[in-house]
Amino acid sequence: MTKEVAVLGVGMHPWGKWGKNFVEYGVKAARDALADAGIEWKDVQFVSGGDTIRNGYPGYVAGATFCQAMGWSGARVASSYGACASGSQAINNARAQILAGLCDVALVVGADAAPKGFFAPQGGDRPDDPDWLRFRLIGATNPIYFGLYARRRMEIYGATEQDFAKVKVKNSRHGLNNPNARYRKEVAKEDVLSSAIVSDPLHLLEICATSDGGAAMVLTSMEYARKHATDPVKIAGVSTVTPNFPNTVIEMPNFATDSAAAVAPPETPFKDSITKLAYEEAGLGPEDMSMAEVYDLSTALELDWYENIGLCKPGEAEKLLNDGHTTLGGRVPVNPSGGLACFGEAVPAQAIAQVCELTWQLRGQAEGRQVENAKAGVTANQGLFGHGSSVVVTK
Amino acid sequence: MAKTKVPAIDDWFRMDFAEPQLLGSRCTECGTYFFPKESHFCRNPNCSGTNFEEAPLSPRGKLWSFTNNCYPPPKPYMAPDPFVPYIVAAVELEREKMVVLGQVEASVKINELSAGMDMELYLETLFEDDDNEYIVWKWRPVA
Repeated sequence: MTKEVAVLGVGMHPWGKWGKNFVEYGVKAARDALADAGIEWKDVQFVSGGDTIRNGYPGYVAGATFCQAMGWSGARVASSYGACASGSQAINNARAQILAGLCDVALVVGADAAPKGFFAPQGGDRPDDPDWLRFRLIGATNPIYFGLYARRRMEIYGATEQDFAKVKVKNSRHGLNNPNARYRKEVAKEDVLSSAIVSDPLHLLEICATSDGGAAMVLTSMEYARKHATDPVKIAGVSTVTPNFPNTVIEMPNFATDSAAAVAPPETPFKDSITKLAYEEAGLGPEDMSMAEVYDLSTALELDWYENIGLCKPGEAEKLLNDGHTTLGGRVPVNPSGGLACFGEAVPAQAIAQVCELTWQLRGQAEGRQVENAKAGVTANQGLFGHGSSVVVTK
Repeated sequence: MAKTKVPAIDDWFRMDFAEPQLLGSRCTECGTYFFPKESHFCRNPNCSGTNFEEAPLSPRGKLWSFTNNCYPPPKPYMAPDPFVPYIVAAVELEREKMVVLGQVEASVKINELSAGMDMELYLETLFEDDDNEYIVWKWRPVA
């Protein structure tokens, strides 16, 4: 099992709208992660930052920005961007350094201060940028794509607005006692369905907000970890795959899918391939997972993930939800943290936060939302422009 | 005085109100279609093609999915004031085996749509300024 690295410490700055600089959120999370690991900042040999594109130049070089704020220590540094998958890019880069024997101790940090409302493309007149053009020519906001996926589930599987609303109800209960969650209020199905429609069939309460927040973790070699902790939680698989051609599902920020006129679509569609590689690296399968943290940018998207990560077959996600299997106390709770429904999205921190949650769960420290007898968990996420993101965490 | 109708983007569609077509490209080596146009290197990883022909795309297809936007999106979308919600459709083209997005003709109501419907391309004003009406492709159900 030489491919494992240890999660020696984790830390987060609570999600919210705090009106502060993103660096403060990241440093708070980093300091908590170091304290949790029981090591000093100066022990860190490699710093892996998840970038934000919404906070000027310091956000583009997030790794070094956090290093400076923590106090220059001479550590090696990298900064990664992969849109919503930036956090797992940063995790993967830290892991690669450790597994290559280039360092024993790495600190992964991601933080964001997000604007209110719709995410917008970068400014200026940029007709060569598909992300700019999709807003200009179609008004295709992110919720437009979420709405297309949600409607597709209704049209081909007979999913209902009630099913989607129940995802929000579940997640709002999961996050009630999570000290890092932004929204800690129980939401009833009627609340969801009576909130304004943003992109039909999705209501305001079904689409994740944009948040400020920070998450960090100390990753180390297994050898180093054994000297500092008994039985640390491990990262057993990380997937940062891109799609295989042709990708026949319409995805942000594209105007069209790839054409399958000359080449047949791959056997494993992109979203299914994301966790597949992480499972393979870990030598585990979906049946071995005690829980999952998936990217519920919308309620309906959480149901897509159930199928993409192998918890059930295509078209069976609504049944899995309605039978209570993905609720705390069920067979495989999904988003025990409360998910994006309770957090909102702090882009470069989110994929790191997913792993923080699984770590607390596997240690038995997820007070008020503990998955019983948790042995392994998986995260799943996707960044626009084709970034897969999945991490398998084990006891 | 009537405003001049100009395309909201050059060379993405044929400015023919009677018979509009999206203008994609096609690799002359493997036959893969692209929209918007690819004109440098074929994106099929098994193809080394670098030559492309312009490929007007099928003006009809089947509705894959649809949704709408009830709130003004951020710029660079040129939202009218007061804001007018719009529908977006994803339409599957049989010959090209690809799904293409577009807004839906303004008069269509969302409850008139269902997956699998036959849709056709249509040209309509996206926004206007003092001099011009900027035209874009849209989808609408085949009458």
